[in-house]
Amino acid sequence: MAHRWTNTLTRADVTPEPLWLNRRQLIAGALGAGATASIASPALAETLEPNTWEHITSYNNFYEFGTDKEDPAAHAHRLNTSGWEIEVDGLVDAPGRYLVASLLDGLSEEERIYRFRCVEAWSMVVPWNGVELKDILDKVGVQPGAKYVAFETANRPDEMPGLRYPVLDWPYREGLRLDEALHPLTLMATGIYGKPIPNQNGAPIRLVVPWKYGFKSIKSIVRITLTDQEPATSWNMANAREYGFYSNVNPTVSHPRWSQATERKIGGGLFNRRQPTLMFNGYEAEVADLYKGMDLTRYF
Amino acid sequence: MLIQWINTALRQIPTWVLYLILPIPGLLAIAAGLTDNLGPEPINELEEELGEFALKLLILGLAVSPLLHLTRINLVRFRRAIGVMAFAYVTAHFLVWFLLDLQGLNQIWTEIAKRPYVTVGFAGFVAMIPLALTSNDRSVRRLGRFWRILHRLTYLVAILAGLHFIMLSKGFDVEALAHMVVILAFLALRVGKWRRGVLSGLQGLRKKLIG
Repeated sequence: MAHRWTNTLTRADVTPEPLWLNRRQLIAGALGAGATASIASPALAETLEPNTWEHITSYNNFYEFGTDKEDPAAHAHRLNTSGWEIEVDGLVDAPGRYLVASLLDGLSEEERIYRFRCVEAWSMVVPWNGVELKDILDKVGVQPGAKYVAFETANRPDEMPGLRYPVLDWPYREGLRLDEALHPLTLMATGIYGKPIPNQNGAPIRLVVPWKYGFKSIKSIVRITLTDQEPATSWNMANAREYGFYSNVNPTVSHPRWSQATERKIGGGLFNRRQPTLMFNGYEAEVADLYKGMDLTRYF
Repeated sequence: MLIQWINTALRQIPTWVLYLILPIPGLLAIAAGLTDNLGPEPINELEEELGEFALKLLILGLAVSPLLHLTRINLVRFRRAIGVMAFAYVTAHFLVWFLLDLQGLNQIWTEIAKRPYVTVGFAGFVAMIPLALTSNDRSVRRLGRFWRILHRLTYLVAILAGLHFIMLSKGFDVEALAHMVVILAFLALRVGKWRRGVLSGLQGLRKKLIG
């Protein structure tokens, strides 16, 4: 199981630049002159340095704890994640309430360093720890009729002060097409930097779909439903014109609020420059096939 | 008694004091940004802080006249300084958006034209320019009656600013809506018959309560 996808972003990417350039030159040399040109291309020359723990855990969108970026870090300690259960239902062979630990039992945990792109045009690089969603779905047994996976976030007003406000139609809901859910890049994360995932980042378990805008990567999941119909998703319900079901990162499809052509990586200070946003957030080679023949300006 | 005392105290304060005090929050925010103390995303944070303070000053400016009518507390002397400082904050807010956030002249017109919340915010900024330019005694004298009419643009500016805040918020944002409710309430107190009716009603209530 697992290890179907090989990480191209590794801790080696944090190597001091001279060494790193050396390594690139070695590869270029080995591949010959033809490869040199492509290795010098901007896409490969970018430095993919993970954001700091502090930034990843203090700048969050998790509206159940408030709408300001610092609200989740301030209030999420109130969420009690012990004995967390996930209801698995719908078109599965073994429906039921599972403890997270039992759902993860026997599955191999990996580190995945992914780009994370928010629809608000900021981004981070996060070293997640987790298991592929496919492994969990294999465990509960997806029935042949299933076409989509729906997810739900915990809805506990006593522990999540943001739920008092009707910012969205609670509980928070997200969904994926089954082939997206089964894709080896799709992760269920339980850690960051090798530590248990903090509550503000979606403890005890959250989805990570690196080629989609961040809001698709639903946090603190309590329900997973296999279904044959496209599930309703929170931001799409709130404003269908702005947030599509797919919400793939796409620099060519503009959002009414934010140009999606560029992004600003968190942590660059007051004079941080914007950088171009990559198609499917840089995972085009891995996921473009999922959308072959689809008009991405219509299914945005 | 209390109100008289407050007004006497207020008369002791020269208006230039406001030009010293009101820039402080903005300067502190800029200093925090330059010293890496504005959090992980300092550009947005600075933009938001300057914009929100500008909006609060606009609301304070709108509150001056209802406050006088309802409580007799007189802040009219300070209204120009409040307005001019609101314009300074809006200008700073615009410059941070344009120079640090957007980072490029080639994008500015597409952003203004294509994004409704930018269109509305920019319109509010532009509408403030004639107000700022005529915020001096000479203009008041030269424009006479027209000055008062021109400065009613403030109401439009306040509505555009409140709308800008609502439009840029994702989802149903209570804070942005609360600001708009306050703006509309102050404007409602001014509108013709409305004003007379509401004010006399409130004054009657005040007489009943205070005696």
